[in-house]
Amino acid sequence: MMRRGLQKWLFGCVFLVCLDPVYAAEVRVAVASNFLNPLQEIVKSYQVRTGNTVRVSSGSSGKFFAQIRAGAPFHVLLSADQDIPLKLENEGLAIRGSRFTYGLGGLALWSRRPEAFTPSAQALSSADFRKIAVANPKLAPYGRAAVEVMSNLGVADRLKEKIVEGENISQTFQFVATGGAELGFVALSQVISFKIPRESYWIVSPNLYSPIRQDAILLNSGKGVDAAEVFLSYLKSDEVRAMILSYGYGT
Amino acid sequence: MVLRLSAADIEALLVTAKLALLSTVILLLLSTPLAWWLATTRSRLRAPLSAILSLPLILPPTVIGFYLLFFMGPDGFLGELLSQAGMSPLVFTFSGLVVGSVIYSLPFVVQPIQTSMESIGIRPLEVAATLRAGPWDTFVSVVLPMAVPGLIRAAVIGFAHTVGEFGVVLMIGGNIPGQTRVISVQLYEHVESLEYGQAHSLAALLLVFSFISLLVLAWVSPRRSLSR
Repeated sequence: MMRRGLQKWLFGCVFLVCLDPVYAAEVRVAVASNFLNPLQEIVKSYQVRTGNTVRVSSGSSGKFFAQIRAGAPFHVLLSADQDIPLKLENEGLAIRGSRFTYGLGGLALWSRRPEAFTPSAQALSSADFRKIAVANPKLAPYGRAAVEVMSNLGVADRLKEKIVEGENISQTFQFVATGGAELGFVALSQVISFKIPRESYWIVSPNLYSPIRQDAILLNSGKGVDAAEVFLSYLKSDEVRAMILSYGYGT
Repeated sequence: MVLRLSAADIEALLVTAKLALLSTVILLLLSTPLAWWLATTRSRLRAPLSAILSLPLILPPTVIGFYLLFFMGPDGFLGELLSQAGMSPLVFTFSGLVVGSVIYSLPFVVQPIQTSMESIGIRPLEVAATLRAGPWDTFVSVVLPMAVPGLIRAAVIGFAHTVGEFGVVLMIGGNIPGQTRVISVQLYEHVESLEYGQAHSLAALLLVFSFISLLVLAWVSPRRSLSR
């Protein structure tokens, strides 16, 4: 009796596994941490619209590059820069011609102490903070942009001793959020997603840093996966563009 | 294979060596009395205290790093205490890393010392007592010399474990060159920035170092195998 039940159950499982690709298409998306929050909103409406599921992994673009080279089964990469998608394309790991810019990253200077903060470049010249968090400029485009801003404002040397580096933009945000650093250069999308009060951050003027173009690309394992291709074209739709803009990205 | 080490790699190596050395010294000073107490006490506190000391064995480094970030930050308990004493908070400093490493490696150092003290047995202590040695005299002239193999093992493990530390440093370090950028973080940065050649050099170096540490451990460990 027991055995019969077990057999049935196992058969059912095998049956379901076989059916899986037919009924519920799945898109596996690797996303740079700065775009995680907007992506979650996009994914929600995509799933409702198509019935497909999207599995999101967030991390740094550099780590994803190493993982994709080692055969990680992602269909789509939403990078924080243009270099990594381009490199993947050149190495034959992504579909040529599928690359496009999905957003222009905005930079914000965020302070945890709004009472001692003027939302302008002056905040960097004041001496009353101990640490300023910046994403590692070697790894994160937002870190590179922050370093550019500091040198364009002529405060780079003075701030050198105060800089603490986050491994990526999420950790940089976390350094300020936990109070470890009083100030930090974070992504505009982060302060918007976390509903940080407007008087606590300065939207860094875009002429102080080179544009942070963020590219998406269809990876080799996404080739022929309809749900992945549909997802990428949904990312270009007016509806999604509006969502992306509302998070502080330029298009 | 040729080792390709940049100036930044060497700086990270030096920071790591300094951190591991300092942490090991503090760990030995802290762990020896702790191990002796754990080995000899009949107190009811033994079990709970031993459990607390062993926590870093199984806690993910992210948990330790997360709590340290909160406690040692300017708004944290320890941070406020320090700022009242006129000192700066420990997060993102070398001293902060030392505190983190000591907590993180404590059980790895206490346990070999405790094991080797326990293996002395009651007999030498009784002999010492009949020769009218006081507790301090017994500890210094009998227990410590007999626990030397355990102390060496503890020092090797403590040093090696601190060198291998990553998660805690990543969370409370802030990646400051010459201060908190240790070798494992430097290696991670090479991998993330696609500098696989340099990553290979550092990884190979760490592999050889770890192997040698384990070899030393095997040499100083008592032979309990069945081979004759």
